[in-house]
Amino acid sequence: MIEINHLTKQFGAFTAVDDLSFTVKPGEVLGFLGPNGAGKSTTMKMITGFLTPSSGSVKVCGHDVADEPVTAKRLMGYLPEGAPAYGDMTVKAFLEFIAQVRGLDSKTAQQRIQAVVEQVNLHAVLEKNIDTLSKGYGRRVGLAQAILHDPQILILDEPTDGLDPNQKHEVRKLISSMAQDKIIIVSTHILEEVEAVCSRAVVIADGKLLADDKPQALAAQSKYHNAVSLTISDQDAAAAAAGLKTLAGVAEVEVNAAGRITVLPQADAEIYAAVKAHAEQQSWALQELYVEQGRLDQVFRKITLGEELSVNQLGRAA
Amino acid sequence: MISIILKRELASYFATPLAYVFIIIFLALAGVFTFYMGSFFERGQADLLPFFSFHPWLYLFLVPAIAMRLWAEERKSGSIELLLTLPITMWQAVLGKFLAAWLFCGLALSLTFPMWLTVAWLGEPDHGAIATGYLGSWLMAGGFLAIGSCVSALTKNQVIAFIVGLVVCFLFLVSGFPLVMDAFSGWAPAVLVEAVASLSFMTHFEGLSKGVIDLRDILFFFAVMAAWLYANTLVVEMKKAD
Repeated sequence: MIEINHLTKQFGAFTAVDDLSFTVKPGEVLGFLGPNGAGKSTTMKMITGFLTPSSGSVKVCGHDVADEPVTAKRLMGYLPEGAPAYGDMTVKAFLEFIAQVRGLDSKTAQQRIQAVVEQVNLHAVLEKNIDTLSKGYGRRVGLAQAILHDPQILILDEPTDGLDPNQKHEVRKLISSMAQDKIIIVSTHILEEVEAVCSRAVVIADGKLLADDKPQALAAQSKYHNAVSLTISDQDAAAAAAGLKTLAGVAEVEVNAAGRITVLPQADAEIYAAVKAHAEQQSWALQELYVEQGRLDQVFRKITLGEELSVNQLGRAA
Repeated sequence: MISIILKRELASYFATPLAYVFIIIFLALAGVFTFYMGSFFERGQADLLPFFSFHPWLYLFLVPAIAMRLWAEERKSGSIELLLTLPITMWQAVLGKFLAAWLFCGLALSLTFPMWLTVAWLGEPDHGAIATGYLGSWLMAGGFLAIGSCVSALTKNQVIAFIVGLVVCFLFLVSGFPLVMDAFSGWAPAVLVEAVASLSFMTHFEGLSKGVIDLRDILFFFAVMAAWLYANTLVVEMKKAD
């Protein structure tokens, strides 16, 4: 259990994290979302005890990070942003060093090193200097280091940044496989990642908490929630769109560059049946026809930019 | 836990040519100073005074070069975030790193043993005095290192760490000399002038280098190390987030 209470961090006059409170329970994979500079990394640095909060507290499994830093740090595995490591060490020596600091006895250390090398696929570079590794391998060394002592709590700051699509997939699979009994916090600005691995998403901007919900529930706030998308092979998309616009319950119709038409419902309207009936009546040759769950990226923009907008408006009113 | 940090740090000296370059330069310069500038043979005395008397100046340049990377590199590469989120205390991190550098200095110093053998072969030196000189030299190196380590935490740039470290070390080295004393004697109360003068590494090393064991000199160097390492923990704490 991680309990974050009114966490605030100021750098001079700048407030990086502003009165943040939430808790994370075992089994949860929390996606930590926000634009660049939102305070994600600063929050993670406070959770892991690297930075001291200006006010507020962080408790991990009942231990206050400020009062019992060593105990708290023992419970956590942390991948800092950019996956820093000691560049002049070989991967093997580095992992052995981490195992020693983490207090693993030499037998357990060897077993664990073997296990994590397997998990993140580091066999090929075990004897190489970390300095000489590609970004992808570097990131994997950082991950290996974080999970080496099989921690109860895993804090990963942009774990898939700089990885190719295959590596991203591997890392997500790894996170999902560890999710059952652990607490995992993953910061990212890749929204598909949140949908793929997270059971909960927290959105922050300007250091403030803006949303905290299941990814599906967040997506449901999208104007695309329950929208119907279709592609017609034998019709002009623009003309068909004009026809769809006239249906009951339709708020808006969008046509993208590939000719896919998306029909957006008015609030709470179910339009799938109506769109389907209309297509059959017009006897369009449909290539695809499906209901959208909602688009997280659009909700993300709405939440993070919407907040800015209202702040601006407040400024103008004053 | 300190020993684990120490081992990693010490190994990192030898992971690059730095360690070997340092040791070779140290030994070469120590030899040059002793035999040419110190007139080792011409003096016709079986002691290592010409050898030890140049150590303060040798350390002035070489020790900041060892110390400069201690924290500056951690901060630049970001590994400081890794180090300080491991289950260790700030003191363990600072001490582990410092002791690694100090042991390394000790190693370089101990490799000057042929000097001792030479003087023992040529005459009948006072071995106790030479051992005391070595001890004093190592303690002085520790004092310089503690200064260098603290300064290194102030910046991410190793060159700046080296230069600032060197200047601070220089001030401590000559604080009993007119160069520093003149800056104080005009206005400061006599107590302060005395206090500044008593901080001189040179004066405290002089006795030890001649083989005189004065507990106050030994305590002085330990106190210097403790004070600068304490400052080191504060500086790391303050600057780690930048």
